[in-house]
Amino acid sequence: MRHSAFFLKPEEKEKNAAMVEWTEQERSIITNIFGNLDYEDVGSKALSRCLIVYPWTQRYFASFGNLYNAEAIKTNPNIAAHGTKVLHGLDRAVKNMDNIKATYAELSVLHSEKLHVDPDNFKLLADCLTIVIAAKLGSAFSPEIQAVPLKSAACATGEELWPLFMCVTSFQMKK
Amino acid sequence: MTFGSAKDKEVVKAFWTKLAPKADDVGADALSRMLAVYPQTKTYFAHWKDLSPGSAPVKKHGKTVMGGVADAVGKIDDLTAGLLDLSELHAFTLRVDPANFKILSHNILVVLAIVFPNEFTPEVHVALDKFLGALSRALAEKYR
Repeated sequence: MRHSAFFLKPEEKEKNAAMVEWTEQERSIITNIFGNLDYEDVGSKALSRCLIVYPWTQRYFASFGNLYNAEAIKTNPNIAAHGTKVLHGLDRAVKNMDNIKATYAELSVLHSEKLHVDPDNFKLLADCLTIVIAAKLGSAFSPEIQAVPLKSAACATGEELWPLFMCVTSFQMKK
Repeated sequence: MTFGSAKDKEVVKAFWTKLAPKADDVGADALSRMLAVYPQTKTYFAHWKDLSPGSAPVKKHGKTVMGGVADAVGKIDDLTAGLLDLSELHAFTLRVDPANFKILSHNILVVLAIVFPNEFTPEVHVALDKFLGALSRALAEKYR
């Protein structure tokens, strides 16, 4: 498997995604991090940060109420609830690490066919999640831990997508 | 390259005063993470003996990079003109693919979240993200 995934053909990416093999260390890093996360806190912070830092992502939340400014977003209960929901969705992948593609099949169709979310947005949310987790863990969020998703074959774009599960969700969409 | 509103510039400059004393460490950590998490970036540093996180060449270069960022903060009102020389350096001598500026910027933001968990609020994050984006575009000006 070539590392520089940017140049992979679609059928190669497909093959790579099916070939996810986690080392024991990667499994334990991921389960440890998620095991110690407060999903409500981290979820709401990550989603509200995404809506503030990348305001165009608000397009998907028109029915969520007041998003007029950063304060409104940070205190919006619908956003907080949805952030928690997203983290629980990620939890499903953590509990099914050897079968992420199948685990996310339905969610992928939902995001693509019903919600019409541009897959680029998953990377934006993933970046915000990385930053929120980094702020929580401090220097314990080492470069080695930050690098874990990149080593996974499912991360066909070759980019850091923490958590990489978002990558698989968008991958399904590109078919 | 014009960057942001007056408020954005205020936020960046204010945060920079907090960041400045730790700039060298932030630079070293950001660079370490970039090399570890995005191994394709190592191709630009094949001439270094040691590319591991926190190594001597990484620390030294992190300091150089943050010196450039400091310079940019001082020239925030006209980044294109201010970063002309650096742009020429990156375009003609270093020939760094500009996609990598985004990668390094991301890692700088991750380190800021670690070092300043309370001060690196979403409002500061967006201003800095915009600033680093404008800085990157100014650096890429001379490429073609």
